[in-house]
Amino acid sequence: MKRPIRVLVAKPGLDGHDRGAKVIARALRDAGMEVIYTGLRQTPEQIVATAVQEDVDVIGLSLLSGAHNYLFPKVAELLKEQGVDDLLVIGGGVIPNEDIQGLKDAGIAEIFTPGTPTREMIDYIKNNLKR
Amino acid sequence: MSYMKLIESMLAGQKRACAKLITAVENDPKEAEKIIREIHQYTGNAHIIGITGPPGAGKSTLTDKVVKALVNEGKRVGVIAIDPTSPYSGGSILGDRIRMQDLALNPNVFIRSMGTRGYLGGLSKYTKNALKILDAASYDYIIIETVGVGQSEVDIVKIADTIIMVMVPGLGDDIQSIKAGIMEIGDIFAVNKSDLFGADRTATEINMMLDLTMDMDRRPPVVKVVAVKNEGIGNLIKEIKDHMDYLKESGKFTERRKNNLKLEVVELIEEELRKIVISHTDKEERIDEEVIEILNKNKNIYEVRDEFLRALSS
Repeated sequence: MKRPIRVLVAKPGLDGHDRGAKVIARALRDAGMEVIYTGLRQTPEQIVATAVQEDVDVIGLSLLSGAHNYLFPKVAELLKEQGVDDLLVIGGGVIPNEDIQGLKDAGIAEIFTPGTPTREMIDYIKNNLKR
Repeated sequence: MSYMKLIESMLAGQKRACAKLITAVENDPKEAEKIIREIHQYTGNAHIIGITGPPGAGKSTLTDKVVKALVNEGKRVGVIAIDPTSPYSGGSILGDRIRMQDLALNPNVFIRSMGTRGYLGGLSKYTKNALKILDAASYDYIIIETVGVGQSEVDIVKIADTIIMVMVPGLGDDIQSIKAGIMEIGDIFAVNKSDLFGADRTATEINMMLDLTMDMDRRPPVVKVVAVKNEGIGNLIKEIKDHMDYLKESGKFTERRKNNLKLEVVELIEEELRKIVISHTDKEERIDEEVIEILNKNKNIYEVRDEFLRALSS
């Protein structure tokens, strides 16, 4: 049976800029997805607990503070610890090119930087679900 | 697929198993049947609270505060928070959790967001199923936060023991409070944002409306709260418990649950019957063809109904 794709759009850390996350949430909604939005300043632990309870297919992390090299891998690590392996984790924000490979190695499937058309991200999600 | 392992883990308190089971029952009635057959014996113990009211009344914030108060008493609380699904894209923004995120890590709390997915009664079609999973997972209280309701989304009465109607000042004159529909289903009225101008008047209007009702064996209380400031929550919790005591002492508890189960069984039978009738006609598209006949005035809707029913008995 066809079920809607469920996405958790989360803002880890202390960064207070949520316009981008809201635009993404809206674009995913318009693409027919169920978007769980949890607001600002979430800890990686909260994000993972939420993802588990909501049984989402995707976690989309949005971050503009520069702390991505710590917070993104931490989310991937906590998921692994809890044995969650059916979940796609992607990230977005102002991420320098030289950090991208390291984040991918840490378990973030893809990084979307400013200027990426939302269509591209939607297609990526649809083509890379782990369920 | 067999769900025994997941069910065992869910019964043992594992949240991920609980979440997976909710996904299964939320999406596929066939899978739901397999699961609910197995867990039925574990259900029926939770006190089910519906929190409903117009959009922006503060349902999510109030839910957050009620959950915290119950958790502080050592209770386990499950929450199902429902938000609308877009009729155009089928997508939704489920944002009720924003107000409850400091509960995300609490071991005694489980929160699940659901989209209405085209269902119009203020719930989603399979809220009932998800509720059963949380019930079997031995949460003491299950809170169902409906979508923001207008005037007639009253399906919450079919699943909740106690309904809290959240009202706010400034939504209209006293005629609003004597209309039929949502104002009739509250077991407890919570006037939220009661630090705002007009709150006393709103409370008075609700009280007057309630006093006009003649054949009431329990008059719903009106509680003033300010959810963001955690004010009045203690009173609300007391009223929730008093309501359950009333239900049990008066025999209404069993009566309500019996009525709700009856509705549910009738609904299941209707669904199956519909499938049987449709499958008894020669081909799937038959109904589409008949619709054209009705449109062209060659037949009316009742003739078509009778033809389908005749096909069943022949």
